Amino acid sequence: MAPLHRKLIRDLARLKGQAAAIGVVIAAGVMVLILAVTTLDAISLSKARFYDSHHFAQVFADLKRAPEGVAGRLADIPGVNQVQTRVKAPVRLEVPGFDDPVRGLLVSVPDGEQPRLNRLYLRQGTLPESGRNDQVVISEPFAQAHGLAPGDHITAIIDGRLQRLTISGVGLSPEFIYQLGPADLLPDYARFGVLWMNRRALGHAMDMDGAFNNVVLSLQAGAREAEVIDAVDRILALYGGIGATGRDDQISHRFLSEELNQLRVMAWVLPTIFLGVAAFLLNVLMGRVIRTQRQQVALLKAFGYDNRDLALHYGLFTGVIVAAGGALGVALGAWAAEAMAEIYAEYFRFPELSFRLQPRILALAFIISAGAALLGTWHAVSAAVRLPPAQAMQPPAPERFRASWLERSALGRRLDQPTRIIIRNLSRHRLKGLMSMVGIGLSGSLLLLGSYQFNAVDHLLDLQYRLVMRMDVHVTFTDPTPERALAELRAMPGVSFAEGYRGVPVHLTHGRRDYRTSIMGMEAEPALRGLLDQDHRPTRLPPEGLLLTHYLADHLGVRPGDTLEVEILEGHRRTLRVEVAGTVDEPIGVSAYMERRALNRLMGEGPAISGVWLLTDTAHEADLFDRLWEAPRVAGIGQIDDVERQFREYIGDTVLVMMGILLLMAGSITFAVVYNNARIAFAERARELATLRVLGFSRGEVSWILIGEISVITLAAIPLGWLVGTGFAFLLNEAMTMDMYRVPMIITPRSYAFSAGGVLLASTLSLLMIARRLRRLDMVSALKTAE
Amino acid sequence: MPDHAHNKETVFFTRHLTKTYVMGEVEIHALRGVDLSLYAGELVVMLGASGSGKSTLLNILGGLDTASAGEVRYRDQDLVNATERDLTRFRRHHVGFVFQFYNLISSLTARENVAIVTEIARNPMTPEAALELVGLSSRLDHFPSQLSGGEQQRVAIARAVAKRPDVLLCDEPTGALDSTTGIRVLQVLQDINDELGTTTAVITHNAVIGEMADRVIRLADGRVQEVTDNPQRKPPAQLSW
Repeated sequence: MAPLHRKLIRDLARLKGQAAAIGVVIAAGVMVLILAVTTLDAISLSKARFYDSHHFAQVFADLKRAPEGVAGRLADIPGVNQVQTRVKAPVRLEVPGFDDPVRGLLVSVPDGEQPRLNRLYLRQGTLPESGRNDQVVISEPFAQAHGLAPGDHITAIIDGRLQRLTISGVGLSPEFIYQLGPADLLPDYARFGVLWMNRRALGHAMDMDGAFNNVVLSLQAGAREAEVIDAVDRILALYGGIGATGRDDQISHRFLSEELNQLRVMAWVLPTIFLGVAAFLLNVLMGRVIRTQRQQVALLKAFGYDNRDLALHYGLFTGVIVAAGGALGVALGAWAAEAMAEIYAEYFRFPELSFRLQPRILALAFIISAGAALLGTWHAVSAAVRLPPAQAMQPPAPERFRASWLERSALGRRLDQPTRIIIRNLSRHRLKGLMSMVGIGLSGSLLLLGSYQFNAVDHLLDLQYRLVMRMDVHVTFTDPTPERALAELRAMPGVSFAEGYRGVPVHLTHGRRDYRTSIMGMEAEPALRGLLDQDHRPTRLPPEGLLLTHYLADHLGVRPGDTLEVEILEGHRRTLRVEVAGTVDEPIGVSAYMERRALNRLMGEGPAISGVWLLTDTAHEADLFDRLWEAPRVAGIGQIDDVERQFREYIGDTVLVMMGILLLMAGSITFAVVYNNARIAFAERARELATLRVLGFSRGEVSWILIGEISVITLAAIPLGWLVGTGFAFLLNEAMTMDMYRVPMIITPRSYAFSAGGVLLASTLSLLMIARRLRRLDMVSALKTAE
Repeated sequence: MPDHAHNKETVFFTRHLTKTYVMGEVEIHALRGVDLSLYAGELVVMLGASGSGKSTLLNILGGLDTASAGEVRYRDQDLVNATERDLTRFRRHHVGFVFQFYNLISSLTARENVAIVTEIARNPMTPEAALELVGLSSRLDHFPSQLSGGEQQRVAIARAVAKRPDVLLCDEPTGALDSTTGIRVLQVLQDINDELGTTTAVITHNAVIGEMADRVIRLADGRVQEVTDNPQRKPPAQLSW
């Protein structure tokens, strides 16, 4: 092996601490990129494959009832490819051994056959046999939640009649990748399930023989979705159609898209920040390591090695570190991405998770880190080779020092010599000190970025569940119900307070922007449902007009005083114009609010409610649920603390796991940077420190010079880290705003303390490791050799 | 000057050579017009106090530094207007250096420290042969930290001669050594000069070393003060300081 290569290997071994630290910075940057991009890719690829292989429909429509013959008219609409009519029915289920109320959605499949659209993926068992009216396929997460398998039985109340069902299979559908119960935000697999049954049997049970109440369509390539939807609406208007929608408004698709959008943002923002910071640090760190080799560069030049040889030598040195760090980053990133994708698979159900490493992302990661590292190397090597070797081999000329203003002050005159050395070193090497400070500050900012969401999410959930959702139980009715139902509920066991609300599904349009949501009609000052203004203080509903969630107002581009087009998606469809009265700030959900009686008037109905919020006494809960369950018209019962728990789990599983990994990476980077900084400061000062030792300074006094300098830089870096970290957090926050929830841009003192604490801990550890070297400092040899 | 010197080929030639450089805030006139010739095969000792300009002169002759003004030639090659690439090639193929502080590469063994030069030379001896020449055959695989100062300097000499350079330039080769070790190092230089006929220039502030040279050139204040021929070279073993 060429001696230069041997030198390379031994240099790497000698500088293993620093090389490893630089490798960690690369690995962390690469890992974040691989993790974010691969997770995103795994989910979108799985989605695309499932949609494609199981013919996910493109247009969806609910209606009251239409004869099967209408299907032919739908198929004749220009641009329509396939039509699949269905019967859908909300049902109550009873699962043996599970006491809580369970809601279900029954969807028909052609007798004993796969539907043309939204085909089922059967994990276990078979489709219901043709002609059987008691067999169902149940959704996989529901089966898992209750340990159900083909051959097991459950009971369903279909249109008021109790029916015993046999499970023939367990499956998944592209229509229910995100399996959400009505009015839920998060899947609750134990309390909501989807079941598929033969069309003839379900039609018969629902009094829908030869008719359908739901239809899905696929489009020909190049067809205009909006035109098809308009045509479908025109045809179905006669049959109680409430407006067809595209995939954008299909629940599962919408949530999946939102999540993918969020991941897409994370896959841009986080790696950009992490790799950007890593690249900057690499540049600085690599440059410093090479600069300590200045005399060796000169010596090799003296022997007649030319600049190309030297560039190659140090390029290889850097290349080895980049390759090792990059490989580690890829391995960690792939491992974490797979774990992350599996967590997502808990919420988004695919037949299989398609997982791959994309070569172009690998290449990107390597190019960025190698580029940054080589740039740093290049700067340092070219600076070293520019000097004539005779000069480079000399110890550098004594640098120009001056007494600073600090020393000239009254306080300064009393400083001891080591402290003067610290001050002069810092003031002489302003750029180097600044670079160190920026480097440490940036790693501190990553710590802040990685940690702020933990506290911010806590804040969000506190806001939502202490100030907004103040009820214990949420009851929804199957249909709008007269207000007097409230009195019945108030009389139930354990109910201490009941408040009704009216929820109306609407399609809001303003200019070219639109959004599907519900208008919630509530008391002017609801006792159980807080409405918060911008400063999170309770506000009240105006007697007329809409209050919009701030996010929704932004989305629609409306301001108080503007008028919205409101299309009612219930009963007799009508389009009205309603004025926006103001906005409210809510972290979760995208709703519009109105005084309940005003909404009733708008709907042209009497005082009706669609659901009730209850304050309850937990001691009577079981009794209460039994009674509620027996009550007619009750479609769903939700316990708010359940919902809160699910929400915490969901955010904890997805966002916070991702952030936890980032935090770990940020911690590694911080330590790597601080340690490297300290090592280089030590290498640069070793001769000076040895001289001081020879002159009779104690070990402590000598250490102080190093510790003092590093401490000053570290302390200056902390506020910089806060500042930059706040900027990063703001960037991420803005980018991650989504329909389901919006993490408030709140950085608590705890996050700042965490960032500062991380940097200080890394500094302390690094100094302890350097202290070992200080103890072993060989005074004589450090003075004798020129290096 | 004696005939043997004039009959030989001129290896180095300088005329009005000056060198000025800035160190910190001070401008130093290291060389103020040096006129000098070195001849093939001779062993020259350049004497001078510190600051006399002797190291600067040696660095310029060896292509480690460039002159501010004047003329410097190595055989037919102009070293003043040489490009960086030319100087690199010149050092690679013609010059061997020995420094006061050895400047070995600490991560390479004795053998590898020599090999790093033989690798890029045109017609080198093997590292083993070079180390044998300086009497270090038994220390081939030792790292610099495992060698004494004298041994390290001998490795440095082996490294310098292994490429069979035309000239060997030694900057205070005994400066960091005690006298016994120093004399052994000088003996090695003498042997190489005798056996290989390498033109050798040794700079030192130690006048005693001048007694082993063909010629002694005294430098003071950046100028050549005196050139003395020395017809009776003393073997290094007879030197003492």
